[in-house]
Amino acid sequence: MDTSVVNTGTEGKAWGGGQRPLKASYGKLMMWFFIVSDALTFSGFLAAYGFSRFKFIDAWPIADEVFTHVPFLHGQELPMIYVAFMTFILIMSSVTMVLAVDAGHKLNKSKVTLYLFLTIIGGLIFVGSQAWEWATFIKGDFGAVQTKGGNILQFVDSDGKRVALGDFVVAGERERVAQERKNGIWYMEEAALPTYTVEEVVSGFEANSELLVRTQFIDEHGEKTILSREESLKRLKTNGREVIEGANLRANEYGSPLFADFFFFITGFHGFHVFSGVVINIIIFFNVILGTYERRKNYEMVEKVGLYWHFVDLVWVFVFTFFYLV
Amino acid sequence: MAHDHKLEIFRGLIKFKSNTEKIWGVLIFLTIVTGIEVVLGIYKPESLYVNFLGMKALNWIFIILTIVKAYYITWDFMHMRDETPALKRMVVWTAIFLICYLLFILLQEGGYVFDVYKDGYIKRDF
Repeated sequence: MDTSVVNTGTEGKAWGGGQRPLKASYGKLMMWFFIVSDALTFSGFLAAYGFSRFKFIDAWPIADEVFTHVPFLHGQELPMIYVAFMTFILIMSSVTMVLAVDAGHKLNKSKVTLYLFLTIIGGLIFVGSQAWEWATFIKGDFGAVQTKGGNILQFVDSDGKRVALGDFVVAGERERVAQERKNGIWYMEEAALPTYTVEEVVSGFEANSELLVRTQFIDEHGEKTILSREESLKRLKTNGREVIEGANLRANEYGSPLFADFFFFITGFHGFHVFSGVVINIIIFFNVILGTYERRKNYEMVEKVGLYWHFVDLVWVFVFTFFYLV
Repeated sequence: MAHDHKLEIFRGLIKFKSNTEKIWGVLIFLTIVTGIEVVLGIYKPESLYVNFLGMKALNWIFIILTIVKAYYITWDFMHMRDETPALKRMVVWTAIFLICYLLFILLQEGGYVFDVYKDGYIKRDF
């Protein structure tokens, strides 16, 4: 046993162990490292979005024209207002989270409880708003025709104002019904059929002489190009292939399919983070009420979930910029 | 727990009396910045449409304001201001280096693909 090493001879030296060079607890450090890796995941997504956008830099949808709705204010065009509200809610819930952490440092249980509760409410409002935003985006409002090349043709009147398909297209008799599992071969189904066919759109377009086609390409003034009447008709007749209403992963009425794909993917991934943040906050909230941290004389757990919650807010700041502003 | 918070922001221009006060101060600042972004986003002044380093000047303003917001969220809400310099550098520089690298590669490539389309090698508008 004489040969076994008990002392390494490095005690008290910088490399002897037992040092805490970063002066932060294990849990906090690991949360920071997780945040760094998650930040890299998000920046990977946003960079991929940037790639696709640079690829179609002259034909990307203009966010101000896509996100114009505010709940309860039907039919009004209010770009950015609702997203700004959502951003504010998330920043506000970040503030209540810091206040909870601050109250935790002072071992004030009732204040931690109150502020954590407000944080959870803020998170729920945000997730709810995002669900509403998604629903509006999927439903769409004007409708468009997709060409053979996958481009989107939208409809405007002579003043350049958008016109919905429902305002000038008359749906004819339909014999064909969508095949579902219950009315055809039991293992086959198809997506819902569009309300109008391309032929109906063309005849509706011919009957209204003031209508023009707007392409997805952006001119030098930063606006979408509007074609002349003859060119509009020609484009619609020769290239029109499919009527698109709203958005899905395959096509959308706003422009490039990638726009909706990235919208769903990035805001969905962020929304999932908010949702899991709310769940974690609820767990910690009950721990606070039960007095777990009161007995431990240490509210560091609130601080750790707080770090995650702020990170979610941080990511939203970037998503907001790159989806709605730039 | 004696937690010492650094209470000054803007390099000591404003010093708050307590941590709670600082939190509200930062909230007001972040709200103002978001407000500027939203107003610029709605009105999109034509004068800021000039091209600057490959992008519209307006877009650069948005990106810079976003980074300013990110700084204050990390430094004051996540208490990075109170951490040791080593921890700050580990988190911030790792992320910034990798993100800049990735962005450069992907945006460069995206621009190249755009040129391939534009110069007529592949037809897109049909």
